[in-house]
Amino acid sequence: MKFSFLAVIALVALAFLGANLGSGMQYLFGVIIPYVAFFLFIGGFIYRVTQWAKSPVPFSIPTTSGQGKSLPWINHAKLDNPSTIGGVIGRMALEVFAFRSLFKNTKAEIHDGPKLTYESSKWLWIAGLTFHYCFLIIVIRHMRLFTNPMPFFIEPLEYLDGFLQVTVPALYITDLLFVGAVTFLFVRRLVNPQVRYISFAADYFPLFLILAIATTGILMRYVIRVDIVGIKELTMNLATFSFAAPPANLGSTFFIHLFLICALMAYFPFSKLMHLGGVFLSPTRNMPNDSRMVRHINPWNDPNIKPHSYAGYEDEFREFMAGAGLPLEKELPPEEPEEPAEAEETAAEGEAAQETPAE
Amino acid sequence: MYDSKLVITGLAIFVILMTFPLWYNGGNAGDLPKVEKPTNYKQCVEDAAYMRTSHMVLLDDWRDEALREGKREKVKAGDIEVEKSLMNGCMMCHVDKAKFCDQCHQYAAVKPYCWDCHFVPKETL
Repeated sequence: MKFSFLAVIALVALAFLGANLGSGMQYLFGVIIPYVAFFLFIGGFIYRVTQWAKSPVPFSIPTTSGQGKSLPWINHAKLDNPSTIGGVIGRMALEVFAFRSLFKNTKAEIHDGPKLTYESSKWLWIAGLTFHYCFLIIVIRHMRLFTNPMPFFIEPLEYLDGFLQVTVPALYITDLLFVGAVTFLFVRRLVNPQVRYISFAADYFPLFLILAIATTGILMRYVIRVDIVGIKELTMNLATFSFAAPPANLGSTFFIHLFLICALMAYFPFSKLMHLGGVFLSPTRNMPNDSRMVRHINPWNDPNIKPHSYAGYEDEFREFMAGAGLPLEKELPPEEPEEPAEAEETAAEGEAAQETPAE
Repeated sequence: MYDSKLVITGLAIFVILMTFPLWYNGGNAGDLPKVEKPTNYKQCVEDAAYMRTSHMVLLDDWRDEALREGKREKVKAGDIEVEKSLMNGCMMCHVDKAKFCDQCHQYAAVKPYCWDCHFVPKETL
């Protein structure tokens, strides 16, 4: 945690230096690094997803969190244990848009007795959902700086987000909720001993980074107040590949904000944040539970190795098994000592017929 | 790659969404705001850099002082004195809302609620 915090502080210091060491450094931090970071983000994301897509799924492993499809008079939990593609889409949509698996989160406690209790725990779900939706709205809202003229949805979004009409410039509701949610997600890692035990730099660093991005953004809007027209000039240049020098007097805070976002974009594909793409590629979520209807072929299988059923196995080794006194499903044919040659022939024929794979 | 059709479709949607600003503008950054500056007066109540970033705070403070506390003493702007008022102060020099206020506000998607109460001055009125 200390190292994650210091790493974010180091990034802030680096950007501060970059903003104040002349126009060349401003060009590096304002134009070159954003392009590199964006390229890393898109390229790294595609790389990670294709790597995942190249990994075979050897078994049918959907999570079965409800009654599977069974006899017609047994209620089938269609969303918790989908058996069709439609059901999978339904379960996935609820997971992606409503974080349903977090909604089922429970808290286990031991009381006197001893007695183990489980109670519903919705705090992680509500904070996670708030955080993600606020982040989405904030990113969409930022498109006002990257489009000219603005698309139709920016103005209503700005209006709704600033609906409270307190402070000048108007306070965004998402800013408040966002900082609150990230703070909760951070404090949760400190307060809960079990969660703290499994929290590492990869968990703390993105939280600190995102909190620093939010803080600089909020500072620029409500406290320091920056030249928004100058900033939009730079961001529009970025969006149109003009490679022009950043306007003067944008201020250190802006460069820190921009550099931290670049750090987040570059870090994103190589971190846990890839759950953005990963949620769609989770075999436990995206497979239908239809293993009783469709045979899942392991892609690892060598096509030259044919399935070998027990019946075929017994046919191959029947004599040896009988010799070793092992139980057999099908006994050896009764010996007929007077015509030994014929008996051998029929046994061989039977073997040949049963060698065809059971599948 | 397994399920390549689905994966490539998903990645295409991702790239299209993420590169929204790159294709939406079509490489055209549009016009920068053209602010019409007053010709008769040279100096504002604060310097230009402050006014550019923080004029809304100044207006908000003026509103509180003038309307809630009754402090309506005039403010110095160079040689002249200006009323603490949007209509009678600011717009004495910056006469045209469309050519001054709206220029940057539209560029930056800012919709101040000044004009919820104030009438937009019309020259024909």
